[in-house]
Amino acid sequence: MKVLISAVGKEKTDDFDLKFGRGEFFQIIDTETGDIKVLENEGKQSDHGAGIGASQQVINENVDVIITGHLGPNAFEILQDSDIELYGAKGGTVEEVLEDYKSGKLEKIEKAGKAHKNLK
Amino acid sequence: MNIGVLSGKGGTGKTLIATNLAIAMNGTYVDCDVEEPNGFIFLKPDGISSYDVLVDYPVIDEELCILCGKCVEMCEFNALAKTKKIFVFEKLCHACGGCEMVCPTGALKYEKRKISVIDEGTSGNITCKRGVLKIGEAMAVPVIKELLENLDENLNIIDCAPGTSCNIVTSLEYVDKAILVTEPTEFGLHDFKRAVKLCEIFKIPHAVVINRVSEDDNIISRYCNENNIEILSSIPYEKKIAEIYSRGELLAENDEYKRIFTDLIEKIGDLQ
Repeated sequence: MKVLISAVGKEKTDDFDLKFGRGEFFQIIDTETGDIKVLENEGKQSDHGAGIGASQQVINENVDVIITGHLGPNAFEILQDSDIELYGAKGGTVEEVLEDYKSGKLEKIEKAGKAHKNLK
Repeated sequence: MNIGVLSGKGGTGKTLIATNLAIAMNGTYVDCDVEEPNGFIFLKPDGISSYDVLVDYPVIDEELCILCGKCVEMCEFNALAKTKKIFVFEKLCHACGGCEMVCPTGALKYEKRKISVIDEGTSGNITCKRGVLKIGEAMAVPVIKELLENLDENLNIIDCAPGTSCNIVTSLEYVDKAILVTEPTEFGLHDFKRAVKLCEIFKIPHAVVINRVSEDDNIISRYCNENNIEILSSIPYEKKIAEIYSRGELLAENDEYKRIFTDLIEKIGDLQ
């Protein structure tokens, strides 16, 4: 199973990223082999519609699960229509978040967050 | 002739200058700050007539769509996405037509939708126009183009949006001379430099009005002197001016302050 976690860096010891559309990296972990594939989020370069670009990128990677902080309305709408399971995490490293997921501590994302929530 | 009033930084007094200049010069006032047009508060035009600005956006015929995703790959603006169907985020569409061209089955057609209203009225002797972008819309450029493509040959004062984004670049395509309005603060200087650069790229004659001045020797005047940028006027930082403005009145119609604008007009004439 391929689990995608939004992250601020490329290592599993790096922090999990609450941002999705404007997040830095996506770490895709193959739970059977433990292999990690790291993608730079293409969406964050966009002037508008970052969450849409990021969603399309991760859909094209055929992941089974996404773990992130918040999904904006557009990203949520698209990802809901895919078969990807969406989980929310609150913090920690990528490793820790993955463990939380495996032990069933994470809750499903059931609704969209605000647009531009992490705008600084 | 079209005179553009821009700033870089927001809240420096573009509308203050543009509205008063339109009155003092008897020129048409055009509010291109369509995301938050406020010139009409001061000019209070009568007899307003309005029309809609429509833009194209793609509509998918799901019966014809084979979900090949070519339209999604084509779109540079994240306006399309593909899952088990094609999503259209019409507010992000720039109406470039690319998706329609690459669709192999003709499943994609353009339709029209309203994004803005253009208002036109008169205030005393002058015509006043503005675009009002609908709340939630992201694309101001088609509205600005609609406003500026239909100007007459006479004098037009164009009140631009703040910043140096596409909205201002679009406005500058129609501008013969530019007045840069800024304030003597670090932010005012930072964004002013960007506005100057933009005018240089477009080779538009430009000069500056410094607003809220308490000392003649200030951060903006020093920068202008070092870089040979003409200072057209310095508007004093006075409570009285703020009070006139907050009542929605015009300095150009105030005996104490109208000289600011008669002096300014003379200097604009020499600007080239």
